[in-house]
Amino acid sequence: MKAPVTDETPTDRPDLGEVVLAARNVAKSFGAVHALKGVNFDVHRGQVTTLFGENGAGKSTLMKILSGVQRPSSGALILDGQPIELHSTVDAQNRGISIIHQELSLAPNMNVRDNIFLGREIMGRGGVDYAEEERRTRALMRELEEDIDPLTPVEDLRLGQQQVVEIARALSVNSRILIMDEPTSALSASEVEVLFKVIRDLKARGVSIVYISHHLEEALTITDHAVVLRDGNMTAYAPRAEIDLEWIVRNMVGENFDLGSPPTGYDMGVPALELRGLSVGAASGSGVAVDRLDLTVRAGEIVCIYGLMGAGRTEMMECAAGRLPALEGQVLLHGQDVGHMTIAQRIAAGLVLVPEDRQRDGLVQTMTVGRNLSLASIGNFTRGLFTNRSDEAAIIDRSIREVTVKTDGPDAPIGSLSGGNQQKVVIGKMLATKPSVVLLDEPSRGIDIGAKAEVFRILAEHARDGMAVVYTTSEVNECLSIAHRVIVMRRGRISAEFTQDLTKEAIMAASGESLVA
Amino acid sequence: MSDGTNTAAAKGNGGRDLNIVHLLLEGRAFFALIAIIIIFSLLSPNYLSVANFLTMTSQVAIFGLLATGMLLVILSGGIDLSVGSTLALCGVFAGFLMQGVELTALGVILYLPVWAVVVCTLAMGALVGIVNGVLVAFLKVPAFVATLGTLYVARGLALLMTNGLTFNNLSGDPSFGNTGFEWLGFNRLWGVPISIFVLAATAIAVHLLLSRAPFGRWLYSTGGNARAAELSGVPVKTVQVWVYVLSGMCAAIAGLVLSSQLTSAGPTAGTTYELTAIAAVVVGGASLMGGRGTVQGTLLGAFVIVYLGAGLVIVGVSSYWQTVFTGAVIVLAVMLNSIQYGGKGRKT
Repeated sequence: MKAPVTDETPTDRPDLGEVVLAARNVAKSFGAVHALKGVNFDVHRGQVTTLFGENGAGKSTLMKILSGVQRPSSGALILDGQPIELHSTVDAQNRGISIIHQELSLAPNMNVRDNIFLGREIMGRGGVDYAEEERRTRALMRELEEDIDPLTPVEDLRLGQQQVVEIARALSVNSRILIMDEPTSALSASEVEVLFKVIRDLKARGVSIVYISHHLEEALTITDHAVVLRDGNMTAYAPRAEIDLEWIVRNMVGENFDLGSPPTGYDMGVPALELRGLSVGAASGSGVAVDRLDLTVRAGEIVCIYGLMGAGRTEMMECAAGRLPALEGQVLLHGQDVGHMTIAQRIAAGLVLVPEDRQRDGLVQTMTVGRNLSLASIGNFTRGLFTNRSDEAAIIDRSIREVTVKTDGPDAPIGSLSGGNQQKVVIGKMLATKPSVVLLDEPSRGIDIGAKAEVFRILAEHARDGMAVVYTTSEVNECLSIAHRVIVMRRGRISAEFTQDLTKEAIMAASGESLVA
Repeated sequence: MSDGTNTAAAKGNGGRDLNIVHLLLEGRAFFALIAIIIIFSLLSPNYLSVANFLTMTSQVAIFGLLATGMLLVILSGGIDLSVGSTLALCGVFAGFLMQGVELTALGVILYLPVWAVVVCTLAMGALVGIVNGVLVAFLKVPAFVATLGTLYVARGLALLMTNGLTFNNLSGDPSFGNTGFEWLGFNRLWGVPISIFVLAATAIAVHLLLSRAPFGRWLYSTGGNARAAELSGVPVKTVQVWVYVLSGMCAAIAGLVLSSQLTSAGPTAGTTYELTAIAAVVVGGASLMGGRGTVQGTLLGAFVIVYLGAGLVIVGVSSYWQTVFTGAVIVLAVMLNSIQYGGKGRKT
């Protein structure tokens, strides 16, 4: 490693001895959304370069461009001093660049050997040379010190082992540059140790690694260089020796965009929603996603729940709303147990959920804006056997004005709206049922900052009118906006609760995102 | 008002050329029907006559009834392969009831009046539908497989009930007061076969159900995105059961009309009719993914298929060619559906 210099800002002429792959002024737009706005990025030879940034900062987009999944709208990639264009992931692989995606891309029904050589089968006389593939797989596994039989179906492996198979696949094509997108998110502590040992071995063999992780502390133990990305811009560069956790957080979060402040000047009412000792099973079937959780939210109160992926936020909300069954514990709405009620009954009782994934759970893509907005409140405009058109039109018009949806009109297809406006439709649909408690799972996901501010303003207004609001987020800035109280969840439990003296560092610490346990 | 016209209106602001293309695309089943009528009228003087139109339309009635029920199932994102067999089972069941039910314990033979036979037959159709619906909604059997199973079971039961034979005497006996079964298929009101009125009434009822009743909205949202519908408080499973029940009842009505038209009830009636019904729904512009389609479209689809087939017969084209033409029309229709819904459908 060269002597540390304070400024590692990429130069126009990268040092070829130091930099193996460089991105220069790379921008990427998806329609009107600018995911990357002219980014410079260096991958250091034989070292680990970690990319830090919040959700939506553009990390994944940059990784996809470096690995040939997507092509930049403008800008250049320079490999060993030569400008290159990556046409596909295969093209990138041929040049020695491999990526291990956050969501593993293995075929679970096939065995380890077949997954490693998928699409690059070794041909012998009379078909695939399975013996040779198996021999090489065994060699790779020995190298990675993992005792995995090449003939084990991938679905029988633990997630950590599957990660190792992904790495083996990348190594099997002799990658010089390995991009790892959140490789530890599914790993246990001991598996992380193994992975880090593998990474050190790879470095010793001259492999350059680009590392992305939300676990800042973990990343700091392995990285050689840190680069911070925020809102599609590179904001800071530094070698490991010169930085600490505080530096990363400060550069990641940046200055606050005004997302509002907690509404004040009124008294909060009686408890509207109470969760008592609530446990919810994990989607994988074993273990619990929510572990004996207690939470009380009063009328007029806004509670923000912060946590990393897999902290159990979504499961808690879906259980409260009636989509997931509770293993134990109670959900009380205004003091009444609603555990036996269906989703529809809970909506009628005033408890609604705005789901995390609006495309999958929020919108009916085949219906118009208006019909999406009125879907949850059909009963309110049904007279006798039939729906009443003018009543429905009135409800839709009010919703469109209330949540300020920008649309050509109620008859426009839902797909014609921008992400932020689609999100407002999902929120407006649930608010049209006149709920007393509203749960919002990542309401700001994938929408721009302006729409975010509007969503928070709408929520604050309703809280002032006595609605209890609970929202989750994985962006610290959003905890510091309209919430009266911030709750941090970690591994299915509440690990911290803040009503004042909030700092970003404290919230992130409690979530397990930093050194402090 | 229908979803079809809604989207047409929404897209109508894209310039004049686009308008015409969209009009042709949206109204393709209608224009196809007009084209079929004009072409065959020019080819054969016998085609364009009131008598022929009434004959063809009473054929449409059978397929139209099946297709209307099928539309409901397809809107929910499912498929009902059992309707042809249900039609036969219900026809045979009606024939069985018309013969008189011998109650050995009481030592009497029970002759039900025709209205009671109709009610019992509808209940039989609904029963098949409940089985399908519960299999699909609660036991999570894929609709294709569940209804393929009931296709065989219902057909087998129909064969068992008659030992493979056909009930030929459905006219009843005046002394028992159970005459009048042939009214449904044979009689005419103002010169129009009753079966056409039956179809019209069913279609109007289903249209109102889809466009005005909350159930319609539930159904479109269930087919469009069941997860989102469920989280919006739509009783998705109830909707799924009901569409199969309604489809079974439509098949029962079709069974009654067909056996009345034929004055006989055979266990092999309606074989492959389910495919014709699916074809009518698809030609009528519905999406097999669910969530898109209208009653008007489905009826037009049924008219296109029957009028095309009858026209080919009248101009003397071999029935083998009919099969080829029908197949081509179906594939063409699906292609146009993908163009219409392409890019804005859900990604799967």
